[in-house]
Amino acid sequence: MPHDHHDHDHAHAVLPPDPALRVKAIETILTQKGLIDPAALDEIIDTYENRIGPKNGALVVARAWSDPEFRAALLADATAVVAELGFYGRQGEHIVVVENTPQVHNMVVCTLCSCYPWPLLGIPPGWYKSDAYRARAVREPRKVLAEFGIKLPEGTKVRVWDSTAEIRYLVLPMRPEGTEGLIEAELCDWVTRDSMIGTGLPERPA
Amino acid sequence: MTRVHDMGGRFGDGPVQPGPEPVFKYDWHARALAVTLAAGALGQWSIDRSRHTRECLSPGDYARFSYFEKWISALADMLVDQGIVTREELASGQAAGRSPLAERALAAEDVAGVLARGGPSDRATQQAPRFAVGDAVVTRRPARNLHVTGGHTRLPAYAAGVPGRIVHLHGAHVLPDTNAHGLGEAPEPLYTVVFDAADLWGAPERAGDEVTCDLWDSYLRPA
Repeated sequence: MPHDHHDHDHAHAVLPPDPALRVKAIETILTQKGLIDPAALDEIIDTYENRIGPKNGALVVARAWSDPEFRAALLADATAVVAELGFYGRQGEHIVVVENTPQVHNMVVCTLCSCYPWPLLGIPPGWYKSDAYRARAVREPRKVLAEFGIKLPEGTKVRVWDSTAEIRYLVLPMRPEGTEGLIEAELCDWVTRDSMIGTGLPERPA
Repeated sequence: MTRVHDMGGRFGDGPVQPGPEPVFKYDWHARALAVTLAAGALGQWSIDRSRHTRECLSPGDYARFSYFEKWISALADMLVDQGIVTREELASGQAAGRSPLAERALAAEDVAGVLARGGPSDRATQQAPRFAVGDAVVTRRPARNLHVTGGHTRLPAYAAGVPGRIVHLHGAHVLPDTNAHGLGEAPEPLYTVVFDAADLWGAPERAGDEVTCDLWDSYLRPA
């Protein structure tokens, strides 16, 4: 029937339509079966809500801005360099850092799902996972950038990185004017999450 | 040939709507993530299988479901496919008994270690890469799984049959096309291939813009 909420060949069709109730049903069943420990769920949530997020990536960027040797090593083998900072793990096993220059602006998408460098940026924002971003970032990146308030200079080429394998990309934005003389901790405050995805630029902290 | 998830380059989606939001917009988003990761830690399926199961949601469901709804629905499908949970249990919302896999359950004290270890996909292999940085290649057309009809692949349809150039070598990585279907890891050299936007779209937004994809050796032939 056209108004059925679910496709009945799939097992999930027997679950309640409300997604919150779907999650609750699966959590209840798996807990009763001894397959998940509610305390482990709390631990996972706390990790991604409070401990792993864009401040990790911001530290990497700020250090690359202030330490040329670190920057060179980062561009050569980011996985090893960020692992030394403790930023390694699920959805960040293979990291490549791509550097913005006056000639090239880099931007990251996953058209097939929503791959994202979790250990450096945390859980992706809603817009990154949206159909609109996944569909459009590869074909009309400049229109998408305009929706983020970004207009690139005429001479700057866009290179969009579609994360189709387990390689995760972090954009190294250009160090902005007005940051001369700032120390690493101060530079971190200029690095926005979106500037590390390529849909934003560093911003003077409020 | 394609599935609904393969949406790169599609027309008709509205504007992207950036804006501040909490990490988890609703409590159930956080629960969906945590339940999915904890169930994954039971070791009964690979990330490639998870992705493929989400892609196998019907096009109607895939389009209608939000991100975490896709996750939780695919999780239910995998739990039943693997015989870990029955349809009757899903329908009743109650377990019929304890699972023989219970000893594998992820304990709270092991969460940090498991998340920190991750699941690297690179593998040692004797296979030398066929291509070097700078080599000209052409991608397979159509984008399809050569092992399983309608099966999982990571070559997007928009990049099928398109000339490109190798810009990175990543060593050998698990091949999703086999691994998603229990046909083994079959590691192959993985490359980043850059495409000229004009070759992908005909009329690019600006001449010289580029798109890259990460593609396995068997997706490519020499140009």
